Amino acid sequence: MMQMAFSLNGRRVDGEFDPAQRLLDFLRIERDLTGTKEGCGEGECGACAVLIDGTLVNSCLVLLGQVQGRVLLSIEGIATDDPLLESFASSGATQCGICTPGMVIAARALLDRIPDPTLDQVREALAGNLCRCTGYTRIYDAVLNASAMALPAAAPPVGAGGSA
Amino acid sequence: MSGLFVRPASLDEALAVHQQHGGRLAVIAGGTDLLVGWNLAHAPMPGCMDISGLQELQSIEIGADTVTIGAGVSCARIAAHAGIAADFPMLVECARQTGSIAIQNRATLAGNIMNASPAADNPPALLAYGAKITLASVRGTRCVDYDRFHVGYKRTVAAADELLTAITLPRGAAGRVHFHCKVGTRRAQAISKVALAALIEWDGDRLQSSRFAFASMAPVPLLARSLSDRLAGSRRGELRRDAIDAALAVDLQPIDDIRSTALYRRRVAKNLVIAALDAR
Repeated sequence: MMQMAFSLNGRRVDGEFDPAQRLLDFLRIERDLTGTKEGCGEGECGACAVLIDGTLVNSCLVLLGQVQGRVLLSIEGIATDDPLLESFASSGATQCGICTPGMVIAARALLDRIPDPTLDQVREALAGNLCRCTGYTRIYDAVLNASAMALPAAAPPVGAGGSA
Repeated sequence: MSGLFVRPASLDEALAVHQQHGGRLAVIAGGTDLLVGWNLAHAPMPGCMDISGLQELQSIEIGADTVTIGAGVSCARIAAHAGIAADFPMLVECARQTGSIAIQNRATLAGNIMNASPAADNPPALLAYGAKITLASVRGTRCVDYDRFHVGYKRTVAAADELLTAITLPRGAAGRVHFHCKVGTRRAQAISKVALAALIEWDGDRLQSSRFAFASMAPVPLLARSLSDRLAGSRRGELRRDAIDAALAVDLQPIDDIRSTALYRRRVAKNLVIAALDAR
């Protein structure tokens, strides 16, 4: 066991944990955060994607002991008003749902880095996330739509704000 | 899954711990190769030493004559580094083709070397550029030519208690032809059937020097030395395909496996060499 402290979805986690377990198992079994899925268990499918210090990783390939002092975000920590959630629903980007949490996490990592990505950038960012239902087009649409929703509206014309 | 997990706070401590355990601890950084094996084995995790937190291994130093990359630097950092891209475009391309972005964010160059897969993505570029690697243990530090590092399938010259701490690349390859091509089942995330990184120096129409480094064509990532010997001094347009064939027959030992066949690999390897020689 190892004394550990780190941040998980905005809350501090302190305690003694088995450092040699996979981050994926810790989230699902010890924290009951089952939004993070296990697909392949070998880093091919992205269903277990989470962010560590804002960086996209596959939690099946991370040992818990490696996240000492880090900031973790799993799908449960995504803001309920994140435009990606509305956009995935309205774009028809979700079918069976197994890949969706990983897709949303990978898309969030992309939009944090590039708020207004091209289709090619979206495709590359999601290349590590497999979906066996949608054929990807609607998922790419959802990410592009979310990016458009989140961009700040054009600045109001000069003088439109009333007297200062 | 559970086993001994050690997380040293410094490189010195890591070397001491590694030696105390007789080099039997698995050394883990990104975990993108090691954990795949452990997950598939469904066996208790072996004891491991995590070096991902060691700041001493995280630097990228651009010197006058060399670039030195710490063993903990991720493929993502290499892929995004303008200073590395300027001198070593093939290394940047290899790093960008090392699995998905989630993999590149974790995978390290050092792990790709020490895991010693003949199909590893980055070794061809490192061989072509004439990399040296630094191995450290409590007994001291030594620098090894990377093209003498792999000695057999998954076997290297590293002693059990040694850690790879840095990779050093000589600068000065500007103006040469840098030709890299990875051939897999698909572009994203495939393991290579054949990969070539070639660094070719032309003096006008005369081939001055060349280094052709292959993955997935032998039990180890390797330089095709016979090919370079055969080609030295040749003129453009006088390079004979049968001579390339004969040299590659000496250098390469491809096999039939789950990803491809020896016949296909030989044909593609030759075609890649010809493409490299045609590249400007």
